[in-house]
Amino acid sequence: MSTAVLETRDMCKSFGALEVARNIDFRLDPGARHALIGPNGAGKTTFVNLITGTLKPTSGQVHLGGQDITAMAQHERVKHGLARTFQINTLFNGLTVLENIYLGIAERKGLGHAMWRPVGSNREAIDEAVALIDRLQLTEDALRPVRELPYGRQRLVEIAIALGLEPRVLLLDEPAAGVPSAEHGILLDVIDSLPTEIAILIIEHDMDVVFRFAREITVLVSGGVLTVGSPDEIARDERVRAVYLGESSHV
Amino acid sequence: MTGTSPAADFLLARHRWHWAEAIPWILALAAFFLFPGWLALGTQILIMVLFALSLDLILGYAGIVTLGHAAFFGVGAYAAGMLSALLGWHEPITGLIAAAVSAAIVGLIAGLIILRTRGLTLLMLTLATTILFQEIANTFDHVTGGFDGLHGVTPAPLLGLFEFDLWFKVPYLYALAVLMLAFFVIRRIVYSPFGRELEGIRENVARMHAIGAPVRRRLVTVYTISAALAGIAGGLFAQANAFVTLDVFSFDRSGAVLIMLILGGSGRLYGAFVGAVVYMFMEDQLARLSPEFWQFGIGLLLVLTVLFARRGLFGLVETAARSLKGGGR
Repeated sequence: MSTAVLETRDMCKSFGALEVARNIDFRLDPGARHALIGPNGAGKTTFVNLITGTLKPTSGQVHLGGQDITAMAQHERVKHGLARTFQINTLFNGLTVLENIYLGIAERKGLGHAMWRPVGSNREAIDEAVALIDRLQLTEDALRPVRELPYGRQRLVEIAIALGLEPRVLLLDEPAAGVPSAEHGILLDVIDSLPTEIAILIIEHDMDVVFRFAREITVLVSGGVLTVGSPDEIARDERVRAVYLGESSHV
Repeated sequence: MTGTSPAADFLLARHRWHWAEAIPWILALAAFFLFPGWLALGTQILIMVLFALSLDLILGYAGIVTLGHAAFFGVGAYAAGMLSALLGWHEPITGLIAAAVSAAIVGLIAGLIILRTRGLTLLMLTLATTILFQEIANTFDHVTGGFDGLHGVTPAPLLGLFEFDLWFKVPYLYALAVLMLAFFVIRRIVYSPFGRELEGIRENVARMHAIGAPVRRRLVTVYTISAALAGIAGGLFAQANAFVTLDVFSFDRSGAVLIMLILGGSGRLYGAFVGAVVYMFMEDQLARLSPEFWQFGIGLLLVLTVLFARRGLFGLVETAARSLKGGGR
């Protein structure tokens, strides 16, 4: 068994008496395609926030590439290779698509504190942003402010920014949320074609997306891990079915 | 990628100077020769342009809303003023450097403390900063002159050659030269990767964290730079007027510079020029018409701007320029 690229050990989080994460042991292997599912209120978003550093766990640890990052601030974790997208678009709305993507690349390249030379003096970062825009088929929108784009196109910008950070681990928080099903195609193609060296954890409600994409699935219920398994195992699991049948007809 | 795309060209060329950027400087020089009787007001305007520009850096670019920017203007004014009036150091340029350094130190310390907060809390803390300094200046009146003001600020001839004259010829050109230098610095910062990050912070702090940017460090850095520039404006003010009063720390001054920036248009550099010129002229003219109600005119213009020209008066200029260009094709 290779070393996990991302791992949580006995991670707990409570707000007063409310336990939102209970003894979560989780591991993500290099190149993984892993889905995190669970009914509403299962603690999926809390889990993402604990990993990215928006929240600090009450107890337990988070490891990234074998290094304990529990005490690290969010922006430092990004520098160590952990990137995320947001469930609700969290973009630089007034800036162009190009600038949205450029900012992440420039920060990764350590240009963020450079104040005495123009943006245009670093050709490489700009070309990289343009290449990424072309790859995600955003070329025609490159110079439009993000706020003018349809929601589905904005979802692509979310992913493009994260890819510009060249992460080892990428957390996709409900990438298909809010996207009309007619526009699902291009989004799913992009997700399918993400570089294989990136370990990906996708948090998703849409079971079509989950079963198309994931090779391993973790089911979260009431802040704790119910089970982990292959898509087949999860689909057959009676307990999972019970949890979901109680809620809706997603499966 | 060897071929250039239109998108790449946009970022590659964005910092280059446009010919129209020469206009404000030509106008400022023309005013010097054409309106010699207005140079006193002109000097005050140039100082306020610099002050508004320093505010634009933190408010227009980084999105820090402040009601206390006069704190740094005031620290700069007292630093330059006391250096001359109390310590007998009258050389003006080193006086300005002292003003910049003092204000930067204050900005750094204030920034480290208050930039942990956001929104309304931050707004109140910026206000508290300037009130605090006004009280300090009032309390230590044996060195600051307190309510009577600090007199005896007597700058030595500029570069050892040019006396500060009563017709404001030397102060005007001095302020213009300092403004140009400061503008060059600010413009350079704005179009740098650091400047882009400031806009990123203004647009979405959560995303800035998520791309790995140390947001607080960036904010404290720009707050310090902005404080230094406001301090230079304050230093110029003290030297040009030959005195300093507690009024430099007033809420009115913080409010006025904010209104100038909103009138002119924030986050676009030249908005500070338009806003300061319009505000100061209106104040001067309206106060002659009606010493009591001059603020009504500015208030009305502010309401109209906020309602109908959201990007400020300079935003209107940009729109007009764009449509002219579009029509010419």
